[in-house]
Amino acid sequence: MPLKKKIIGYSVYSLSAFSVFIIISAVAVLMWTIITGGYHTLSWQFITSAPKDGMTSGGIFPAIIGTFLLVLIMSIAGVPIGTITAIYLCEYAKPNSVISRLIRFAVNTLAGVPAIVFGLFGLGFFVQFIGSGADKVISGGAVLKWGQPNLLWASLTMAFMTLPVVIISVEEALKAVPREYREASFALGATKWETIRKVVLPNSINGVLTGAILAVSRGAGEVAPILFVGAAYFLPSLPHSLSDQFMELGYHIFVMSTQSTNVEATRGIQYATTLVLLILTFTLNFTAIFLRYKIRRKNSVL
Amino acid sequence: MDNNLANDPENDLSSGHQKSKIITLGKKFRLSEFLAEKTISSVAFISFAVMILIFVFIFKEAFPVFFPSQNKAASNNIELKQETYGDDESVAQQQKKVETNELQNQKNETPSEKRSAIIKNLKGREWQPVSDEPKYGLTPLIYGSLKVSLIAMALGIPLALLAAIFTSVFAPKWAKELLKPAIEILAGIPSVVIGFFAMIVLATFMQNIFGFQYRLNAFVGGVAMAFAIIPVIYTVTEDSLDAVPKSFKEASFALGATKWETALFVVLPAATPGIFAAILLGFGRAFGETMIVLMATGNAALTSLNIFEPVRSMTATIGAEMGEAVFGDAHYSVLFLIGVILFIFTFLLNALAEVFIRQKLIKKFRGY
Repeated sequence: MPLKKKIIGYSVYSLSAFSVFIIISAVAVLMWTIITGGYHTLSWQFITSAPKDGMTSGGIFPAIIGTFLLVLIMSIAGVPIGTITAIYLCEYAKPNSVISRLIRFAVNTLAGVPAIVFGLFGLGFFVQFIGSGADKVISGGAVLKWGQPNLLWASLTMAFMTLPVVIISVEEALKAVPREYREASFALGATKWETIRKVVLPNSINGVLTGAILAVSRGAGEVAPILFVGAAYFLPSLPHSLSDQFMELGYHIFVMSTQSTNVEATRGIQYATTLVLLILTFTLNFTAIFLRYKIRRKNSVL
Repeated sequence: MDNNLANDPENDLSSGHQKSKIITLGKKFRLSEFLAEKTISSVAFISFAVMILIFVFIFKEAFPVFFPSQNKAASNNIELKQETYGDDESVAQQQKKVETNELQNQKNETPSEKRSAIIKNLKGREWQPVSDEPKYGLTPLIYGSLKVSLIAMALGIPLALLAAIFTSVFAPKWAKELLKPAIEILAGIPSVVIGFFAMIVLATFMQNIFGFQYRLNAFVGGVAMAFAIIPVIYTVTEDSLDAVPKSFKEASFALGATKWETALFVVLPAATPGIFAAILLGFGRAFGETMIVLMATGNAALTSLNIFEPVRSMTATIGAEMGEAVFGDAHYSVLFLIGVILFIFTFLLNALAEVFIRQKLIKKFRGY
C-alpha cells in the first residue's frame, strides 16, 4: 500500500478516535465535577428537610415533592393519551392514510417544538384562556384561583410536551408484538378490541412503562416550560391543592445558582441539588434502557 | 319509535337472519367495538389538536403587537390580519405595506402610525423592554440565538460525525460498548445541569485558558450547547450510517478499498441525506434550547462579532422576562412574537429534516 494512503488512513482513524475520546472525557468530567461537588452536602437530612435561613441552608424536600407531584399528574394526563394514540396508529389506522400521516406529522412537530414555546403555550392557553375562563364561570372573576400559574397547568403543559416520547416508545412495543398473536386471537373469534385489550396490550406493557419512564425523566429534567407556568422560588408550605404553586428540582438549581442572594455561600446546596436531579434522571433512564433492551430482544427472538 | 331506531342494527340482523343467511355472514355490529374504535381514534386526534392549539394561542397572544389600540384596530384592519403572522419575511413585507399605507393617509390614521412605529421598533438593534421608552429590537436576539447555535454546531458537528464514523467503521467492540452508554448518558443529562456546569465550572476554566474579559459569553454557551446537540447529531447520523446496505460496503471491499476509503467514499456519501437531517435536527435543538443559554451566555443583547462577548438569545429572553411581563402589555406580546418566530423556525427545520430522512433515504436505497 502506498505511503500516502497509509498516512491518510491513520489520520482518519486517529481523528475519529480522538473525537470519541473527547466526547467520553467531556461526559466523565461533567459527571465527576458534579459528584465530587455535591456529595459532601448530600445527606438524608438534606433530602428530607426544607430550606432554612433564607435558602442558605437546609434541604430540598419541597422541591423533591414538587417534582414528584409534577411528574405524577403529568403521567396521569399524558400516558393514557399517548398510549391510546399509539394504539390507534399501530392497530386501527391504515399505514399511509391521510389521518395517520396527519397525526404522525403532529407528533413529530410536537417533538421538535422548543420547550420554552410549550411554556408560552401553557401560559396563553391554560393560565390565561382556560384558567381565567374558569374563574369567570366559577366566581365571576372575583376570586383569582385558576387564572394564575399553578401545579395543574404546569403538569398539563409538561404532559403535552412529553406526549411524543410516550407515543413513540409505545408504538415500538406494539410493533414488537408478533402478528401471529393477533391472528391466533382473531381465529379464536375475538374481536379487534378484545384482541388489543387481552393480547396486544399485555404483551407490550413494557413499552408503555418505558414510555412513561422516559416521559417522567424528560419532565423532571426540563425547566423551561415551567419557568412561568407554576414553579416558585420559595414556598413556606408544600402544595396542598392543584391550584397551588410548587418548588421543583431543576428550577431550584436555576434560581439558586443565578438569582439567590448569596450565590457563593450556597454552592454546596446547588451541587447537591444537581446531583439529586442527575441521580433521579439516570435511574429513570437506565430503567427505560433496560426495558427497551428486553423489548428488542423479544422482538429479535420471535 | 326512538327505541326501535336506536336498536336498528341489531334488529336488522335478527330479522335478516330469518330472511337470508348472507347478511349474518357480514360483520356484526357490536356496540363495544364501535365505541372503542371511535374513542381511540378521537383520542388519537389530541396530538393534532394540541399542535393546532399551540399555533393558535401563540399567534393569538402575539397578535396585539401589531394592533396597539385593540378595539379600533380590530375592526379597521381585518384585511391585514394574515400578513401579520410573523416570520421575518412577512414582518418585513408587512412593514413595507404599512409604510405605504401610512404615506397614503398620514393625517388621520393613528393605529397604523402606531403600528409602523412598533414595527420599526421591532427591527431595531436595541432590546430595552423595561424603560420609559421601551425598545423591542429583535435583531440582537435573533443574532444571539444564531451566534450560540453556530458556535455549538461548529464544535458539535465534527465531533458527532467523526464519533459516528468511528463507531460504525473502526470501533472495536469494547469501544462501542463504552461510547454508546456515554452518548446515552449525555442525552439524558437535563439541560439545566449542563447550564449549571457551564456557568460554574466551564466558564472559569475557559477564562483561565483564553483570558477573555467576560466570564459568561457566547463561546462558553456554545461549548455547553455542543454537549446538548452531540447526542442528537450522533444518534441520527449513526442510524443513517447503519442503514447503508451491507452490499455497498462489501462491493467496495471487493474492489480493494480500505476501511477508511469505504467509510469516506462509499458509506458517507450514501448516508448524506441522513447526515443532513441530523445537522438540521441539531440546529433546531440548539436554536430552541433555553436553560443552557440562559445560564451560560451572560444575557446581554449585543451584536458584536467577537465570540467572547455575552449575547442574549431569543429563548433566554422569553425565559428571563416572561415572569415579569404584565399580561396584555406590549412587552408580553413581543415575547409571544419571539415565541412565534421560534416556533415557525423549528417547525420548518423539522419538516425539512423529515423530508430528508423519509424520502431521499428510502429512494436512494431502493435504487432511485
